[in-house]
Amino acid sequence: MPAYYLEALTVTLGFIILLLEAFVPSKNKSWAGLVGAAGLFVILILTFFSVGPQSDPKASWAEWPLWNFYEFDALARFYKIFALLTTAAVLLMAIDYRKVLSRFTENSDSEEGTGEFYSLPIFACAGMMWMASAKDLAGAFVALELVTITFYILVAFMRRNVGSLEAGVKYLILGALSTGFLVYGIAWVYGSTGTMSLTAMPEAIAGMENTVPLLFGIALVLVALGFKVGAVPMQMWIPDVYQGAPTPTTAFLSVGSKAAGFVLLIRFLTPFLSEGSPVRGQVLTILLILAGATLLFGNFAAISQTNFKRLLAYSSIAHAGFLLLALAAGRFDEDGSLTSVQAVSFYLATYLIMTLGVFFILAQVRIHRDGEAITDFNGLGKTNPALALAMTVLLAALAGVPLTAGFIGKFFVFSLAAQGQLWIGLTIAVIAAAAGFYYYFKTIRAIWWIEPQDDSKIALPIISKIAIIILTTATLVFGVYPEPILALLR
Amino acid sequence: MLTLLVALPILAFIAILLGAPARKTAIGVSVLNLFLGLGSVFSWEHEIWSFSVTVLKEPALHLAFGYLDGMSLVMVLLSVIVTLAAVLTGKAPEGSEKLYYGSSLLIAAGAIGAFVSTDLFFFYAFHEMALIPTFLMIGMLGRGDRRGIAWKITIYLGIGSLVLLAGLVWLASLTGTFDMREMKDLAGTIDPAQQKGIAALLIIGFGTLVSLFPFHSWAAPAYASAPAPTAMLHAGVLKKFGLYGMLRIAVPLVPEGLQFWLTPLLFLLLGNILWVGFVTLSQKRLDTMLGSSSVMHMGYIFLAIAALIAFPENNQLAFSAAVVLMFAHGISIALMFGLTDRIERSTGSLDLADMGGLAKSAPGLALVFGIGAMASIGLPGLANFAGEVLVFLSAFENYVPSEGLGPVQIACILAIWGVVISAVYMLRAYRRIFQGPTVESTVAAKDLSFAEHIPAVLLIVALLAVGCYPNLILNLLK
Repeated sequence: MPAYYLEALTVTLGFIILLLEAFVPSKNKSWAGLVGAAGLFVILILTFFSVGPQSDPKASWAEWPLWNFYEFDALARFYKIFALLTTAAVLLMAIDYRKVLSRFTENSDSEEGTGEFYSLPIFACAGMMWMASAKDLAGAFVALELVTITFYILVAFMRRNVGSLEAGVKYLILGALSTGFLVYGIAWVYGSTGTMSLTAMPEAIAGMENTVPLLFGIALVLVALGFKVGAVPMQMWIPDVYQGAPTPTTAFLSVGSKAAGFVLLIRFLTPFLSEGSPVRGQVLTILLILAGATLLFGNFAAISQTNFKRLLAYSSIAHAGFLLLALAAGRFDEDGSLTSVQAVSFYLATYLIMTLGVFFILAQVRIHRDGEAITDFNGLGKTNPALALAMTVLLAALAGVPLTAGFIGKFFVFSLAAQGQLWIGLTIAVIAAAAGFYYYFKTIRAIWWIEPQDDSKIALPIISKIAIIILTTATLVFGVYPEPILALLR
Repeated sequence: MLTLLVALPILAFIAILLGAPARKTAIGVSVLNLFLGLGSVFSWEHEIWSFSVTVLKEPALHLAFGYLDGMSLVMVLLSVIVTLAAVLTGKAPEGSEKLYYGSSLLIAAGAIGAFVSTDLFFFYAFHEMALIPTFLMIGMLGRGDRRGIAWKITIYLGIGSLVLLAGLVWLASLTGTFDMREMKDLAGTIDPAQQKGIAALLIIGFGTLVSLFPFHSWAAPAYASAPAPTAMLHAGVLKKFGLYGMLRIAVPLVPEGLQFWLTPLLFLLLGNILWVGFVTLSQKRLDTMLGSSSVMHMGYIFLAIAALIAFPENNQLAFSAAVVLMFAHGISIALMFGLTDRIERSTGSLDLADMGGLAKSAPGLALVFGIGAMASIGLPGLANFAGEVLVFLSAFENYVPSEGLGPVQIACILAIWGVVISAVYMLRAYRRIFQGPTVESTVAAKDLSFAEHIPAVLLIVALLAVGCYPNLILNLLK
């Protein structure tokens, strides 16, 4: 099956759910989420049966000009799976979260206004999947906008909640600004190289004498993509938007949107960072500066946070710093050893598992204790020991405690930085990771050592329960046996 | 078999979580592990390749267990003995049996895993795994200002571990492998200039974990606050990880780098012995006194390591000295922390000022505590004596009278005064607690019951065996 059917199927799935939801009267909208998640899982299975023109050059579809815009390799498949898994998890999370959603859309008794929340993420998913395959700047831009515009709605979805609206406006304005940077940057890159195609790029830049216009274009694109992944100094929007958005949207933003940003960053930077590129040194320097600033800001600003969702926002910035450091190590040529791309992809995969797990738990705490501050986790160890244990494992993994998946990701980044002899970067990363320990353990401390305000047990709905068990187990398994994730990348 | 040693406590932990009777499971598994550990004494040379799973191809990482040499074996023996004693000693507060015994097992599994891992990655990882239950135990079940103390130790050890990680990653990036056997073969190839940086990171990293002066201030309050089994396992076993790492990794792989830092290291270890020694003298409570004394004794082991660094060509004696003393200290400090818990339970106090005459009401306790105190001072016949003598001898191993005293020898002469200091505080504590007129708290104190004698006797037997016949350990190290 040609690989681009995957995106077509995803969009179709989104439309089907949108139409069904609009015309089939139903009080309880949770079926829409279930159908969506099930459909995404089917598409996920289909990714393993999809091929690109390289593996079937005689097929009738192999000659289509579409393939000039669309790459299908191991990396593309990896990030498509990534987008599908994230979206499915977000839909499932939204099912359990619909009480809060309906309270802030129509009224608490009616789920009338929540239906679209199950179809919009699917459209964003299609955009993310396309970004994973982008090999042309124009196509990449369109895919990115599909994702971003969907997110404008998802962020502001709780329209009777001031925080959500504020987040929506902030995201809209800053998102539009970054889009401007992106288009302007693409124009400069096109102007100096004469091509939009990333595959033709190495040829176009080889032996280029005046690289200033090209570098200017690259820098502008980096600003725009830095906005997507939350690199300092383009991180301004993250804390407010994360805090205001509905929790499933925040999870989606922090995992899906970030990963899509990174795969696009990888796709975009690969031609400029491979051997023989005249701008490799400068681009690596820019990346290193971004990485250092992001690491320091993300981790140190997180320390003083009291709202857990805001803490996760800063932690998301901090993780972006580690990922950028892996890119700054500049190992883009495959020679059998670990490359920057593999390290970033692996890190993101573990980040997906840990972060989604934390968001599932956060959503439940939000529903039952009606708050998202760190103090709302007080005494979770007393009321729900099993849930508290899961949360401890997940937070420890985010901090990078060994034998959890999070450690292996950090370990890859550290070893890449050491191999690339980025001693300053490595020092900053160690300091940043130490700060990370502090703020993640602050929450662990609240869970275990502080008495709860009320002793009522949090009753977990079945979907969240299963998801949390799976994600926590995966965190531990991949912490000891990371090979399956890396096998997907080869 | 080695795999079982690591896996059994973890499986038992899971079983306890799922509802198995906590205390019985923990004791059963610890007994089993003790026999497994003792059994491997007879077959350890064949265990080297016993188990290996490739968890990652590039960079190659293997979850592999094996005894790299006799030192691993000695540390495993120490771990299994102390684990059993700790589990037997502990008495969980109502309602937290799962956490209490489960954590002890996890700490044991982490320590054993670190000592038998042949891969640098898992060597580090298992140790970290053991730290988490330590933090939780102190934070939830500790005494006094438990939250503040647990927070402090979390931050200290977390940062120490990260510094250590940086050093290890740097080292591994130069050797290109994480397999400790292969690393050893590449020992001579590491650039001396980079060795200095690595050595500094390793000294600070491992040093923080071992409470090397001036990174030691977490230790005494943490041990004073920790529940008995946690204090026994951490001070007795887990803390030895840092020393084991110095001997296993730092000394063979970055010898020139360590040599560069030898003089500062000597100052630091004298800080441990003398400065912390005086701090120990001024302690008013038994638990903080023992905590400080444990920090102080680390100085002697570092002295052996310093001798090893200073005379790399003639090092068997210093190496043996360090290992014997690690074993001896691990056993004796576990004994002391276990007995402290008993004293507190029977008298309700640990304040040296309001105790006295406990020997009258609890003669058994007085006897075993006396033996522990003697061991701690370094009385002949007990393992610590063998260790300390070897340390002092090894410092003078390469002494040439015509050349005068080298820095290590000067440090050694100063360090010997530490023995006097420990004699003073230990004997004074013994006198305050057990002798003199009885006071209110000690009149009705209960003596050790038969069951309560078992862990103490187990540890004392180990101390006596090694003390009277140190070749038990020395033969393993050849």
